[in-house]
Amino acid sequence: MEDLSRFKQTYFDESAELLEVAEAGLLRLTPGEVDSDEVNAIFRAVHSIKGGGGAFGFTELVAFAHEFETVMDGVRNNTVPVTTELVDTLIRANDLLGQMLAYAREGDPAPAGTTDGTVAALRRHLSGGAPQAQAPAPVPSAPAPAPVYADDEDDEAGLFGDAMAAIAAARAEEDPVPPGKLRWTIVFRPRSDLLMSGNEPAFMLRALRRLGDATVECHTDALPTLQNLEAELLHLSWTVTLIADADVDLDKINDVFEFVADDCDIRITAEAPPPVSSGTSPVTDPVPVAAAAPPAVAVATPEAPPKTPGADAPKAEAARPRPNGGGAEHAGLTSHTIRVDLDKIDRLVNMVGEMVITQAMIAEHVRELPPGEFQELLEGLEQLAQHTRELRESVMSIRAQPVSSVFSRMPRLVRECAATTGKEVQLVTSGETTEVDKTVVENLVDPLTHMIRNSIDHGLEGPEERERVGKPRAGTVHLSAQHRSGRIVIEITDNGRGINRPKVLSKAIEKGLVQPGATLSDEEIDNLIFLPGFSTADQVSNLSGRGVGMDVVRRNITSLGGRIGVYSTPGEGSRFVLSLPLTLAVLDGMVISVGEERFVLPLTNIVESLRPKAADLHGLVGKCDVMMARGEYVRLVYLHQLFGIPGAVADPTRALVVLVETEDGARLGLVVDEVLGQQQVVIKSLEANFRRLDGVAAATILGDGRVALILDVAGLREMSRHMDSRAPRPPSSPVAALPAPALEPV
Amino acid sequence: MSSSTALATVGGTRTDARNDVMAVNAAEEQYVTFTVGSEEYGVNILSVREIRGWTPESRLPNLPDYVRGVINLRGIIIPIFDLRARFGGGATSVTKRHVVVVIQVGERTRGILVDAISDILAIGHDAIKPPPDVDGGMVDAEYLSGLYTADDRMVTLLSVEKLFSVENSELDSATKALPALERAS
Repeated sequence: MEDLSRFKQTYFDESAELLEVAEAGLLRLTPGEVDSDEVNAIFRAVHSIKGGGGAFGFTELVAFAHEFETVMDGVRNNTVPVTTELVDTLIRANDLLGQMLAYAREGDPAPAGTTDGTVAALRRHLSGGAPQAQAPAPVPSAPAPAPVYADDEDDEAGLFGDAMAAIAAARAEEDPVPPGKLRWTIVFRPRSDLLMSGNEPAFMLRALRRLGDATVECHTDALPTLQNLEAELLHLSWTVTLIADADVDLDKINDVFEFVADDCDIRITAEAPPPVSSGTSPVTDPVPVAAAAPPAVAVATPEAPPKTPGADAPKAEAARPRPNGGGAEHAGLTSHTIRVDLDKIDRLVNMVGEMVITQAMIAEHVRELPPGEFQELLEGLEQLAQHTRELRESVMSIRAQPVSSVFSRMPRLVRECAATTGKEVQLVTSGETTEVDKTVVENLVDPLTHMIRNSIDHGLEGPEERERVGKPRAGTVHLSAQHRSGRIVIEITDNGRGINRPKVLSKAIEKGLVQPGATLSDEEIDNLIFLPGFSTADQVSNLSGRGVGMDVVRRNITSLGGRIGVYSTPGEGSRFVLSLPLTLAVLDGMVISVGEERFVLPLTNIVESLRPKAADLHGLVGKCDVMMARGEYVRLVYLHQLFGIPGAVADPTRALVVLVETEDGARLGLVVDEVLGQQQVVIKSLEANFRRLDGVAAATILGDGRVALILDVAGLREMSRHMDSRAPRPPSSPVAALPAPALEPV
Repeated sequence: MSSSTALATVGGTRTDARNDVMAVNAAEEQYVTFTVGSEEYGVNILSVREIRGWTPESRLPNLPDYVRGVINLRGIIIPIFDLRARFGGGATSVTKRHVVVVIQVGERTRGILVDAISDILAIGHDAIKPPPDVDGGMVDAEYLSGLYTADDRMVTLLSVEKLFSVENSELDSATKALPALERAS
């Protein structure tokens, strides 16, 4: 019983969130504009509350939820028109559902007649335009036992429902199958001794992937605890959603499992694309194709009675096979989450930052101790360093969020853009679960919106043009995310016409962005689209074509410490690659020194560092120095001069030049004394207690506890310009006199 | 109360400091006093967060010499102002015995570099005399909140809010002029 009460708590927590989801959805429900995603979300929320309530025997609640759900189903199938009154009623019903939950939580029966008024109102809407023969639910005053709803179309309730089927069903509801394709749902549940026969599930999953666009979900609910784990046994099962061309048939899929058919339970179902015209028919009913094995008995919960498909329901959707045992996963997922104030996490992040600095500080001091002695101290410190690193990573991961919150907004955007441009577009996303810091996720929305619009508006061709060049009518935009060497890489790939280089170049020349007659490499031409004020759209459309798109994107991305690149093949499409840091609290920097001072240069700004030869240096009209670097003249900026630092190396041939690039692509040669090394630094605000300074982005604390300023390359460039426009340097100033020898090319 | 005892230990106090503290009444306020050269200054104890020994600072570019730089105060970065330089006495050449008074001004935390902490005084409002007209460009009387005579010493009471607000506007104009070169001359 103790277990059940624990699940109950989970159910209530989960229901509270679902109520919020439903309410938010209801508030967005506008008469006349039914967004099926929204409606489905509300329906699912209510349905989940009902299903879980049934499992606990909250009969009154279930009865009411059923009424609610019936109306939502009507809305979903367009049989109940969305009116302002309906929305009001539904919102009232949602509130009431919350009350019912509160009663159930306290264990009190709801006062008789609590739901009568609302139920009547709900039914009025239903009878208003529902040809559907929905079985009337029992009136709340005479609650029926929960099993009455066992024949419900799908029992995807949060707790004891069937997670695998639920996930598949949810997905089926979320995105319709593209025309000409089939969606297969393959539940692959190998026996635990599969590995012994030398089979490797990964190969099969990979083989499935070759058949089409596969989404693989791994179910880990059957995993035993570590001490019970036997390494040679397989405890995992998978659900694969495969979107494949029509020529992939059941045999082809069965072939993948040919060698393991006896060692596993496989269920394969297919779903055809929705009928084109009939808006009222439910589009989510999968067509059962085959059940390759008898119903799988749950591995995780062997005590659960096996369901036979026949007993489930006569409906087509219910016949969809669903192995038991997935529910535990869902329960485990929700019962282990906790909502925490963001401030608390930030405090934790700060404290860990301090710890990292303190640890680095101790390490620096210990290094000065005589070697050979203090062996244990050194070992202890080594361990401390490792733990600190792990702690930092764990804490940072608390702030991390999957990019799915951004990606999930894109299907709607694509639909809108496709409608506006009259193009057929298919959006494919992958890597939605890739996690990155919350702030980064939030700041990704705008750039991604711009870029996807850009891909559809400029990249993809219209359906007729595509057919002419032998491409499928519908263009594809692929949005993907992945972790790569401590950064998140987001790619937006389209299979459109690619960047029209001659056009881009002529436009750039026309706008005066490029000198006529200049020879640019393909890559350079592609990158012209990031210049401010550049746009090639023949007509300024609603979507893009104002020339504020890509340069804003680039600025946004670089302000997050990221970089953007474009790779394009004419006729085949373009690929935009964003690379962003995983967190904004930490920055990859290069520590440099000038005189006694140390500074940090963001790694994203650095192109290379070099020590110039005297022959590469030239004075430019007595104003500033330029340096020849890789066939280009780059202006030198003396950091010691800009910041008034005494005791610095003034002669570039004896100092170092760090070639840096600002966000808008301008290059500078920053003259510094020394490059000390690369380091991750914790970003600290200078403004919190002081003020903003020109040329300084923020500050950080180095390993020795000293503060170092993080340089703002664009700001430095600005400052050096001001220096130029100033009156001649006062001869009395020693700093001004210092660079003088360097002015004359040696 | 606990902060004042902490201050007393740091400041190498005299015996009467505690008595002064005890003698607090409604019309009195406590001041932490410190020395810069031969002069003694006081700030209201309520704005003092802590007193710490000198740690090397990191310099900030293109600011007047009374902005020494920034230090790391347990993870936050605070600017340090050199009071001697602020009053035209040139930059302090610091030793380990110099002291930073950490002051809270509104939301901001700042440090003032002084020579030594000297006392904690309970000063009645009546005992504070208005500052005379000080002219000659060296001292801007705006941030002087009054003068107090303790035994035979004169203590100049500073208003930290005004002190820093003046600095802010000066700093703003200073940065606009980009004094990198002037400052070196």
